[in-house]
Amino acid sequence: MKALYPVITGALIALVVGDLLILGVGQSPADVYRLLIEGTWGNPYGLAQVLYKATTLTFTGLAVALALRAGLFNIGAEAQLALGGFFAGAFGLLLPAGFPAPLAVILCIAAAATGGAIGGAIPGALNAWFGANEVITTILLNFVVLFFLNWVVTAHLHVPETVHTRALASGTVPRLSAVIPAFRGSAANAIIVLAIIAAIVTSWLVFRTRFGYELRAVGLSPDAAEAAGIIPARVRVATFTLAGALAGMGGTNFVLGYKHYYEDGFSGGAGLIGIAVALAGRTHPIGIMLAALAFATLSQGGLAIHALVPKQMADILQGVVILGIAVASRTKS
Amino acid sequence: MLALENITKAYGTVFANYNASLKVETGEIHAVVGENGAGKTTLMRIACGELRADAGHETFDDRDVTGWNVNAAIAAGVGMVHQHFMLVPTLTVAENMILGREPFFLNPRISSQAVRELSESTGLAVDADARVSDLSVGEAQRAEILKALYHGATTLILDEPTAVLTPREIEELWKVLRGLREKGGTVILITHKLDEVMAIADTVTVMRNGQTVGQFKTNEITSDDLALAMVGREIPPAFIPARRTKNGAPVLEVEDLVVEHAVDGVTFSVSPGEIFGIAGVEGNGQHELIEAIAGYRRVTSGSILRGGVPIERTTVRRRGALGIAHIPADRRRRGLVLDYTVAENLILGRERSFGRFALDRMKMAIEAQRLITAFDIRPHDPRLLARQLSGGNQQKVVVAREMAGIRDFHVLLAAQPTRGIDIGAIETIHAHFRLARSEGRSVVLVSSDLNELLALADRIAVMLRGKFVAILDRDDATMETLGRYMAGAA
Repeated sequence: MKALYPVITGALIALVVGDLLILGVGQSPADVYRLLIEGTWGNPYGLAQVLYKATTLTFTGLAVALALRAGLFNIGAEAQLALGGFFAGAFGLLLPAGFPAPLAVILCIAAAATGGAIGGAIPGALNAWFGANEVITTILLNFVVLFFLNWVVTAHLHVPETVHTRALASGTVPRLSAVIPAFRGSAANAIIVLAIIAAIVTSWLVFRTRFGYELRAVGLSPDAAEAAGIIPARVRVATFTLAGALAGMGGTNFVLGYKHYYEDGFSGGAGLIGIAVALAGRTHPIGIMLAALAFATLSQGGLAIHALVPKQMADILQGVVILGIAVASRTKS
Repeated sequence: MLALENITKAYGTVFANYNASLKVETGEIHAVVGENGAGKTTLMRIACGELRADAGHETFDDRDVTGWNVNAAIAAGVGMVHQHFMLVPTLTVAENMILGREPFFLNPRISSQAVRELSESTGLAVDADARVSDLSVGEAQRAEILKALYHGATTLILDEPTAVLTPREIEELWKVLRGLREKGGTVILITHKLDEVMAIADTVTVMRNGQTVGQFKTNEITSDDLALAMVGREIPPAFIPARRTKNGAPVLEVEDLVVEHAVDGVTFSVSPGEIFGIAGVEGNGQHELIEAIAGYRRVTSGSILRGGVPIERTTVRRRGALGIAHIPADRRRRGLVLDYTVAENLILGRERSFGRFALDRMKMAIEAQRLITAFDIRPHDPRLLARQLSGGNQQKVVVAREMAGIRDFHVLLAAQPTRGIDIGAIETIHAHFRLARSEGRSVVLVSSDLNELLALADRIAVMLRGKFVAILDRDDATMETLGRYMAGAA
């Protein structure tokens, strides 16, 4: 219960600041919030869109939270997410038409995980070998990776007049609307199941396995871990690689589930919001899924409140929530 | 006069203090003794305003000061020097003194002059302009005491001040404390060493299980009675088993070992069933030597053989598998993950024996129960965080894991295994060392407590500036000879 205190504080701060902003543009906060709820949880399409966005955020949130358990700050989930999406899209293009569908999906997900893992292993290795601060390397790698992928797609793989690749012939996953017709038109798709599994497996890995035991020991006391025979550098590389794989799998939500092609810039900040999701979710799998839903609601709600206030209002609110949580959860004295 | 009456303080469901009472007269040296976890530190932190009691009364010079804070206590002249120093390492001694009360315009010369004067008048020798990070432990402690006096303390509370000092430094500290008493100051000394109580204190209050069980004049009580009051039972006298002739191939051989900046060509070997002691003033390379043998400090040159097998380039885990166990000198930083539970700490470094991939939680629980019972780790709760245990019980966790845990050992590398812990826990640990020896296992024991080495070791090496200056058989070793070698006189 005590762990929720920063989250509640953050939300309350955001509520107050939000009210002031809304009043500042001459609107009634009650009207705006009603619109925000109606546009998200209030109708099937809005709800499905929230679920879709929460799926990506769950993956990136897990990627940040896992690294945090090993005492590492992963600011690179954005690049890892983009790499995952690119690997899934590029690998899917290589598969021949008529390739067995379930196998194609599994292979594309594996490709996404591999792409993300590469994006995570690089800062992990730089940290282990050269002692490079992972915060700095992951931030800088975000730029390197995003611009590199931009060049690959726009120079070589794009469909003319667009910034995306050709559509995949196989490897796509069904939309949720195939089961729940009310979700028609929404991007929500079966990858949400993968997100839930990933959250459960990550939690099991961290708290119930030998590797998780060593990972947390390194995060809590690298000196004690080292004296006990755990090699902190090795654990950090492995953790960063796994974190990258988690973020990378998030790329399948867009590529395999929604558009069926890789599009430049699809990550759209979801990797960075993953940091907020991890902080708000207190590195607990259910907490992370709930936090992902909350930030997805704000993101989707931003579109709904456009009629009354600038769309950017929701983005500002997201930022305020993050600041509030960061301020209230200063765990280090 | 400082008086605490019926103080109760609980952490969750655990009572750190229960109806504890203490009366300290002005101008006396008053010792507070008890085993680790008896509640001494908690009671003193209440006395100096750092903690607030849940119930009870506090008076200072007949003024009701119940629940006062640190600032009020300092204003009244009550200051505490902690076991873990609270100086800023990057500042000089003088800068640390004025910290928190620095004038708007700093004048370094005036403050360091004032510190120098205070240092001379009290006999606390510290260089006012030295950076705290450059001080030895003894100097840092003198700086801490100086800081409290500089802030106007007339009632000084010292928490286990001798745990980090050499015998000579202890003598100097006693001189300083007696000087303070002569000037009308009051000293409260937390300790669990009875010889210290008898040597320095006028009055002693004994604590057990969070309660004060008695207050005595030291000239009216013997140390045996005190020990009995502390633990509530008889302590068996120190006992040295008949030493057998050591034979068999050496279990550990160290040849011309060099560790950068610390160890400068050390050679020795340890036989089965032998306790090999290493004496020396702190900071002469003993800890680096042990860390290099344990495997987490780089060896520059030389070799380490375990049962004839070279291990100087192998991992900590490999050495563990070859039968090397290790009690690190710094248990809080190296020996324990403080935010892991007792059960988790009891498998640290052995986690691979508790499951191939998933950890076998049932097996972990059984191991925890077994070790907690065998070593009487208190409270008997495997789910408590190591951080929540007292120092002695934290050390019991480390010792239990290394000596009786799931992995068997042939050579134990024990660095300062009993520093800062109570007699009960020391007896337990010593008994396990002797038991290990009688079973044919070996111990390399680094200690700054010569009594401990003389009571346990079969041979004692003296380390000075990275080298062994002597290796003595127990029969040739006396307090005096060891002291001479330690000081570099022989």
